[in-house]
Amino acid sequence: MPQTIAEQILSNAAGRRVEAGDLVVVSPDLVMTHDSLTPSIVRIMKEDLGIARVFDPSRVAVVIDHVAPASTVGTANAQNEVRRFAREQGIRLFDVGRGICHQVLVEEHLARPGMLILGSDSHSTSYGAVGAFGSGMGSTDIALALGTGKTWLKVPETIRLVFEGRFRAGVDAKDLALRVGRELTIAGATYCAVEYHGLDWLDLPGRQTLASMAVEIGAKAGIVPPTGAALDGLAPPSWLAFDPSAPVSREHRIDLSSLEPQVALPHAVDNVVDLGEVAGKPVDVVFVGTCTNGRYADLRIVADLLNGRRIAPGVRLMVSPSSSLVFERAASDGTLARLVAAGATVTAPGCGPCMGRHQGTLGDEEVCLSTGNRNFKGRMGSPSAQIYLASPHVAAATAITGSITHPAEVI
Amino acid sequence: MARVWLFGDDVDTDQIVPGRYAPYMRPGEDVAQFAFIEARPDFASDAQPGDVIVAGENFGCGSSREYAPEALRRRGIGAVIARSFARIFYRNAVNLGIPVFVSATLAESLADGEQVTLDAGTGRLTSQSGSHELPAPPAFVREILDAGGIVAYVRSTGHFPGEPGGGGQT
Repeated sequence: MPQTIAEQILSNAAGRRVEAGDLVVVSPDLVMTHDSLTPSIVRIMKEDLGIARVFDPSRVAVVIDHVAPASTVGTANAQNEVRRFAREQGIRLFDVGRGICHQVLVEEHLARPGMLILGSDSHSTSYGAVGAFGSGMGSTDIALALGTGKTWLKVPETIRLVFEGRFRAGVDAKDLALRVGRELTIAGATYCAVEYHGLDWLDLPGRQTLASMAVEIGAKAGIVPPTGAALDGLAPPSWLAFDPSAPVSREHRIDLSSLEPQVALPHAVDNVVDLGEVAGKPVDVVFVGTCTNGRYADLRIVADLLNGRRIAPGVRLMVSPSSSLVFERAASDGTLARLVAAGATVTAPGCGPCMGRHQGTLGDEEVCLSTGNRNFKGRMGSPSAQIYLASPHVAAATAITGSITHPAEVI
Repeated sequence: MARVWLFGDDVDTDQIVPGRYAPYMRPGEDVAQFAFIEARPDFASDAQPGDVIVAGENFGCGSSREYAPEALRRRGIGAVIARSFARIFYRNAVNLGIPVFVSATLAESLADGEQVTLDAGTGRLTSQSGSHELPAPPAFVREILDAGGIVAYVRSTGHFPGEPGGGGQT
């Protein structure tokens, strides 16, 4: 019987044929940890498990991105602990300034089609953008994976999402990610893998946006079949094939050609409406960044839509490039200069204010339109702040007018 | 007796412990004191060891932060009983040895602040309205909880759930 992509990847990682529902022990191809949780992971591995060395330093990557650069003495000390650990173990470290873990691992080609990748971050579903099975886990699971080279999991059933048509002007992959949340709901894919079909034409940044938000519908993994020009240079392994007859638990179709810009209202990622229903809502802050929408393509969309205009008086536009390569590219072709000239504040590459820890923490009652992935109460700062999630197109239009605005109105 | 702390659907980990209160941001402080610090300040100030969290759908959605269930564990929470759980939270809670039960109906029959007794071993919960038998978790979950968490389970058995020689054929 044909297998889903998740079943194929987990069969390879288990060394035997497995299918949905099986409880399996598998060897990850790559384990990623970041600054926020690495100290706890190291403590669990060394002190609780009594394991001194990671299973294979070449299959581990550590990224300092969650508070980069350090904002307090405590985070600075913790980051030095992370650096010492990476040095002692011979692990590849991506230090402050390199960027967000999920962007860096794709840029470095450490994440590749067919791999099983475990990360200490829930948005590790992002690696599905390159046809990998990426899944987020907590500190204890990651410590066990680092120490033993193994983890256990239940092979998930798969939900197949089939997309038809193409985006209209001013609509992009973020609108699709939000639409998927709207239709499947916040827990609609819990314990499942999601496969996204009909997107051979979609570029890699769009795939990353979509896969990063698989966790926002509860998915264990969200995988775009590794086909199309976007995967240039990332050839899938010979055993990995996409078979449309593989049995799935559910199939769901979404028409892209009629898709309107989508906005997630506070305080839930699936509280999504067509932009028209919330147009005109005044904002204090527009934030462009995160593993979901901080790539060059996103910065470029914003700069192009601004097109020489200043942002609205009283609005702050925060831009956090998702990596140093994004930063360099946007700097070298003038995109960053155009953003700054329009009034944007550009931060160091990293997670930025997404978790409310630094670089633009929201105050009481502030309203933020963010290209990020979570609008939970208190996520970016004060619990009385309101976070609206939208695309970079909508972010640009909103920055220009100062209230939530359809991109078509500023083109 | 234990107090019931009743919650609705989709309680995310930013509610349980906001990222701004992570151990990373507040080294040297006990994360237990930050459990529901903003979403439910009365929980943060008043929850007692043995108290029970009863919730609706999708409890613990969002971030993979293990310090969210860790805060509940350090607080001595007797069990988390929800209509359903988000995947990463459920796994983290089991890994830490926190009794977790899935119950489709319990949240409707209990009130916030109600006093109950719970035997987490048998899943029998007794309230003023009567006695409830909570559905037993899958066998491999039970084995991890009985061991006191996944670290103790792996150290004592030498294998993972589902690995030959062990349980987990659920």
